[in-house]
Amino acid sequence: MLLKNFYKLVLRSKGPINSNRNVETAAHSIKIFEKIKQKRQEALRGGGLERIENQHKKGKLTARERIDLFCDDESFVEYDMFMEHTCTDFGMDKRKFPGDSVVTGHGLVNGRPVFIFSQDATVFGGSLSSVHARKICKIMDQAISVGAPVVGLNDSGGARIQEGVESLAGYADIFQKNVLASGVIPQISLIMGPCAGGAVYSPAITDFTFMVEDTSCLFITGPDVIKSVTNEDVTSQELGGSKVHTEVSGVAHRSFENDIDALLQLREFMGFLPQSNQSPVPIRACDDACDSDVPVLETVIPPVTTAPYDMLDIILAIVDERDFFEIMPKYARNIIVGFARMNGRTVGIVANQPKVAAGCLDINASVKAARFVRFCDAFNISLITLVDVPGFLPGVHQEHNGCIRHGAKLLFAYAEATVPKLTVITRKAYGGAYITSSSKHLRGDVNYAWPSAEVAVMGAKSAASVLYKGKSNVDELEKEYIDKFTSPFSAAQKGYVDDIIEPRTTRWRLCRDLDLLETKKLTNPPKKHGNIPL
Amino acid sequence: MVLKKLFVWRSSCTCCNIFREKFLHVQKRHLHLSGVLETNEATFKKVLIANRGEIACRIIRTAKKMGIKTVAVYSVADSQAKHVKMADEAVFIGPSSAIESYLNVDKILEAVRKTNADAVHPGYGFLSENREFVKILESENVVFIGPTADAICRMGDKLESKRTALAAGVNVIPGCDRIVKDLHQCVRISRDIGYPVMIKASAGGGGKGMRVARNDQEAREGFLLASQEAKSGFGDDRLLIEKYVEDPRHIEIQILADTHGNVIYLNERECSIQRRNQKVIEEAPSVFLDKTTRRAMGVQSISLCKKLKYFSAGTIEFLIDKHKNFYFLEMNTRLQVEHPVTECTTGIDLVEQMFRIAKGHPLNISQEDIGINGWAIETRIYAEDPYKSFGLPSIGRLHEYKEPHHIPGVRCDSGVEEGSKISMYYDPLISKLICHGENRQEAIEKSIKALDSYVIRGITHNIPLLRDILMQDQYKKGSLSTSFLPEVYPEGFKGLNLQEKEKHKLVGVGCVLFAANQVRSRNFLNIFEFKKRSKVLQNWDLHVILGDEVFQVDVSDCNGRFVCKVDENVFNIDKSNINFAKPILELNINGEINIFQILSKNVTGVFELIFYGNNYKLKILSQKAVKYFSLIPKKTNNYKANKIKSPMSGLVKSVLCSEGDSVLDGQELCVLEAMKMQNLIVAPSSGKIKELNIEVGDKVSAGDVLIQLE
Repeated sequence: MLLKNFYKLVLRSKGPINSNRNVETAAHSIKIFEKIKQKRQEALRGGGLERIENQHKKGKLTARERIDLFCDDESFVEYDMFMEHTCTDFGMDKRKFPGDSVVTGHGLVNGRPVFIFSQDATVFGGSLSSVHARKICKIMDQAISVGAPVVGLNDSGGARIQEGVESLAGYADIFQKNVLASGVIPQISLIMGPCAGGAVYSPAITDFTFMVEDTSCLFITGPDVIKSVTNEDVTSQELGGSKVHTEVSGVAHRSFENDIDALLQLREFMGFLPQSNQSPVPIRACDDACDSDVPVLETVIPPVTTAPYDMLDIILAIVDERDFFEIMPKYARNIIVGFARMNGRTVGIVANQPKVAAGCLDINASVKAARFVRFCDAFNISLITLVDVPGFLPGVHQEHNGCIRHGAKLLFAYAEATVPKLTVITRKAYGGAYITSSSKHLRGDVNYAWPSAEVAVMGAKSAASVLYKGKSNVDELEKEYIDKFTSPFSAAQKGYVDDIIEPRTTRWRLCRDLDLLETKKLTNPPKKHGNIPL
Repeated sequence: MVLKKLFVWRSSCTCCNIFREKFLHVQKRHLHLSGVLETNEATFKKVLIANRGEIACRIIRTAKKMGIKTVAVYSVADSQAKHVKMADEAVFIGPSSAIESYLNVDKILEAVRKTNADAVHPGYGFLSENREFVKILESENVVFIGPTADAICRMGDKLESKRTALAAGVNVIPGCDRIVKDLHQCVRISRDIGYPVMIKASAGGGGKGMRVARNDQEAREGFLLASQEAKSGFGDDRLLIEKYVEDPRHIEIQILADTHGNVIYLNERECSIQRRNQKVIEEAPSVFLDKTTRRAMGVQSISLCKKLKYFSAGTIEFLIDKHKNFYFLEMNTRLQVEHPVTECTTGIDLVEQMFRIAKGHPLNISQEDIGINGWAIETRIYAEDPYKSFGLPSIGRLHEYKEPHHIPGVRCDSGVEEGSKISMYYDPLISKLICHGENRQEAIEKSIKALDSYVIRGITHNIPLLRDILMQDQYKKGSLSTSFLPEVYPEGFKGLNLQEKEKHKLVGVGCVLFAANQVRSRNFLNIFEFKKRSKVLQNWDLHVILGDEVFQVDVSDCNGRFVCKVDENVFNIDKSNINFAKPILELNINGEINIFQILSKNVTGVFELIFYGNNYKLKILSQKAVKYFSLIPKKTNNYKANKIKSPMSGLVKSVLCSEGDSVLDGQELCVLEAMKMQNLIVAPSSGKIKELNIEVGDKVSAGDVLIQLE
C-alpha cells in the first residue's frame, strides 16, 4: 500500500524545479521500503527453504513455526528481526541472515503474556553469536521488568566458533540474566534439538527443562569428544537424549513425543504458573465439587501395613478433575511432585510413592522434591505434602554419596518455605523423614493424619530391637511399641497433627484450608540469602 | 404387617414395585388365607454367608429385612469389601486364594462356631454344592440354607442326575454316563458319541470346566484344560462327555420346594447368550416359550423335585432346540446368579423363601399365584476386555463407580463400591444390572439407557459388548441361541459401528468439549488485567481423527450454545450442561438429550468419550497443528510382534515351551490362570524362543513380557 503511494507521488511530482530532487528522495524511500520488505522476507525464510526442509525431515519444526503454535493466534510480537551478526572473520561478513539464529519476542498463551526466544537451527545451526545472546538478554530484561515468564525453545549447535570469545561472553550474559530472573519470573526451557557445551547451563539454571523425545539432546561434551578422550562409543541419544535425562540424570523434568505435543503441553503447563513472584497464583474456573466427600479415598490404604499402594490414586482423587501435571515422572519415582488444581487454584503436590522403594527418601528423591518445593515457595504456590515415608534409605552407597547433605536440602527447602503448607500423613511417618516431610515442626500450617497414620521414630520391629536389646520377650515389647506408636494418637495428643481425619473428607478440608490460608503472611528474617547445603 | 414388609422390600428393589402394586391383592388374599404373617414367623437368629461379592450383599439385604443377624466371611483380598461392611459381623478366614479361604470348609466351620450362627447361606459357587460341607453342618445342628446333602450329591453328579431325571420322566440328552479316565479314553468315547462333544467337569457348573471338542485334537486339549479347571474350581477333576446339541437355546426353570412336599415352578429364564459357556445376558420370560411348553417344562421340573424329595430353591436347566424339544441339562441345587429376573417378573423374594423353607415353613404361595409381570433383563457386567475373545479378565481399582439407580425400574446387584478392587482371585463379576419393563421392548430400552448411565472407571468392562448385543436386530427379534455371540460377531467383538450421523454427533461433541476446554483455559477467576488484550474465542476450525477417518469441523459459540458443523450435519449443543468433572454428560443436542461420558481429556487433543456404551478415542487438532503435523515425518513405532505380553494379570499355571525351542504360529506356549479361568497363550508368529521370563507359579500383570521370540 505504502509503496504504491510512493509510486504515485513520483509520477505526480512533475514540477520543474524540484522534480529531480523529488524523484531522488522518492526513489530512495522506495528503495528503503523494498529493502525492509526484502529483509523481512529473508528473516522469515531463516536459513532458506532447503534448510527448512531438512529441519522438517529431522522431525523438527522451524523456530517460527514453533512460536506460531505455542502462542495464541496472531499474538506474537517479534523483536530485533533486523539484527545481524557482527563477525567479519572466516568470510562471515558475506553470510548474514536478518535476525541471526534466534527469533525473540513476546506473545500470549491462553491470554497471558509470555516472552519467548526460539533458536533457529536453519541459521548457522542455531549457533550462539553475540547478537543472538543480546537478543535473548533483551527480552529477558523486559520479562523481568514486566513480570512475565520466559520460555526458551532451544535448538542450537553451540557457540558460534567463528566469533570466538564473543560468543562465550554471550553465554555468560544469558546465564547472568537467568540467575537474576530466577525466583522473579518463571523460566522454562524446552529442548527441541541439540543443546551442547556451555549452552546447557542456561536450561539447567531455569526452573523447568523439558525435552522432545528422539530429536533433542543435552550434553557438555559430545560423542566425538568422548570418543577421542576416553575411547567410549556412544550415540548422542544414548549420551544425552530425553530418556537419559528424564530417567537417569534428572536433568530434564519431562519429555514429550514430538514438537507439536511438546508445545501444546507447554501451553497447558503455563496455565498452572503465576506470571511472576509478584503476581497471584492463577485460579481457573472449576467444575469439580470442592465441598463433598470422596469415598474412593477410604480404600486406598491396604489393610496390611507393609503392602504397597499407588500414591497417585490418592493424588488424583483429591485434585480437581484428576488433572495432575507430574514433574519428573520417571526420575526418583519414590517421590511424586507436580502441579494440580484444588478448587481451581494451582497447588504443588509432593508425595511419597510407597509403590517404589517403599516410598523412602534417598538422595535423588530429596533433591527432586527440594527443588520443586523451592520453586513453589518462590512463586507463592501452596504446597500439599502427602506423607507415607518409612525413613531415609539406609545403605553404604547412600551414606558415601552424601545422603546427609542431600536430605538436608529437602529439610532446608521445607523449613524455609513461607507459602501455605498442608500435610496429610496417610500412613508411615518415621524418624528424620517425618520431620523433613513438611511437619508441624517446620512451620506446617495444617497437618492431618489419616486413621492409618503411624508417627514414630522408627518401625516397631527396629525400635523394639534397640530398646530391648538382649531381652527375651522382644516380641511382646514390640507389641507394646506398636500399641503406643503405630497410630496417629501419640502425635495428635502432642498437637503435632491438628486432626485425625476420615480419608474421604481430605479433599474438601484441603480446599477449605487453602481458602483460609490465602491471606497467610509469614516472612523469614531479612538476609542476603540463606545457605542451602548444595 | 404385610404392607410394612412390602414397603421395606420396595426400597431395596424398585423394579418389583410395578409387580407389587399390581399383584398386591393376590398376595394379600393368599397370605391372609394361609393365615401366616411372615413377620411373626419364627426365623433364624444369625446367618453366616459363606460367600463374597454381590451374592453375599444380596443375601445380607434380605436377611436384614427378615430381622436375621448377618455374618460375613472374608479373605485378605476382601478385607475392605462391601459385603464385609454390610454385615453385622465379619470373620477373617484366610489368604486371598479361594481354596484357602472361601472353599476351606474348616475355616468356614470355625467361623460358624465362633459366631454362633444358626444357619449358613452358601450363595452360589464356592461351597453351595459341597455335600461334605452340608453333612458337617447337619451334624453340628447348623441349618444349611439349601437342599439336603443327598439332593446336592445326586444332582451335583452329572451322571447320577441324568439317571434320576430319566427315572422322573424328564427328557435327557444322549451321552456317555461314565467318568473319563485319561486322554485316550476321552478321544475314544468322543468318537463313539460322535463330534461335536462336550467335555465337562462332573462336579462342575456355571460353565467352568466345560469345553467343546470338534475333533480328536480339541478333545485332547479340552480334556487337559477342563480337568485343570475342574480341579482348581471344584477340587474334583472327574470329567464326562456327552453329545453337544448345536445352536440350542438355554432355558431354565426356577422352582421352589418346601419340606412339606409342595413344589411350584416360577417360570423360565432365557439364558442363551453365553460366551465360553458362561451366561452374559438373561431374561424372563423367554420369547420362545408358549404356554404349553412352559407348562410341560414346569411339570417335568416339579416331577424331578418330587422324585428327589427336593426342598429349597433350585433350577432345572434345559437345552431346547428349534422344534421346542427340550432336554434336561442339569439341576442347580442353589440360588442362581440370574435369579433376580425371576424375582422381578414374579415379585417373589427367592432368598426370603429359601430362609423360610430352611426354617421348615410351608410355601405361602401356590402355583396359581405365579404370574408373569412384564419383562426383566439381566446384563452381567464383568471386569473384562470384551474386545479380546468376548472378554478376558481385567483387574484394577474402581476409582469412580456409580450405578444408574436414578432410572426407575433398575435394580443393580453388586458387591463393589467406589474404591473397590477387582482382584485376580475371584470371578470378575462387577455387578448385575436388572431392568424391568412392561414388555420386552421397554426392558431393552431401559437396559440400554442404564448401561449408558453406568459409570465405571479404572477397570476395563464389558458394557460395550452388552449394549451392542441389546442393539442387535437378532436380539430384538428374540432369535437367540447359545451360539449367538459367534454368529453375530464371527470376527470377535470389534466395537460398535456408528451410523454416519451418530459418528458426526460424536465428533461434534468432542469438538465442542475441546472448544469449551479452551475457553476455560483462559478463564482465570482472579486475573483480569489480560482480558482486554486477549481475543475472546468464538470460532474454531478443527480437524478430528477418529480411527481411520478424518473430519473437518466448524464450531462457533453463539448465545449460550455451541453450533457445530460436521459435513452436512449441524448440531446445536447447549453449553449449560457441559461439565468436565461430572461422570455423565447429558447434553442437549438439537433439542434431544444424549448421554456421553468423558473418560479422559488431554491438551494434545486426545478426548476419550463413551457414547452408546462404547469407548471412542478422538484426536482433535486445530488447523495450525494439523499443518505442522503434516510437515514432519510420522514417528515409527518400535513395536515388535516378537514379544509375547500377558493379556491380563494372572498366575502362570504351566509353561509348555522352553528357551531355544522353535515354535510355530499359533502353538500353545503357556497357560495363565486368571479369575479361576485357564487361558492359553499362543505364539503370534513362528520363531525361536529367545527368552522365557516366566515359571510355573509366577504372578504376572497385564502387559508383562512373558516370552520373547527371536
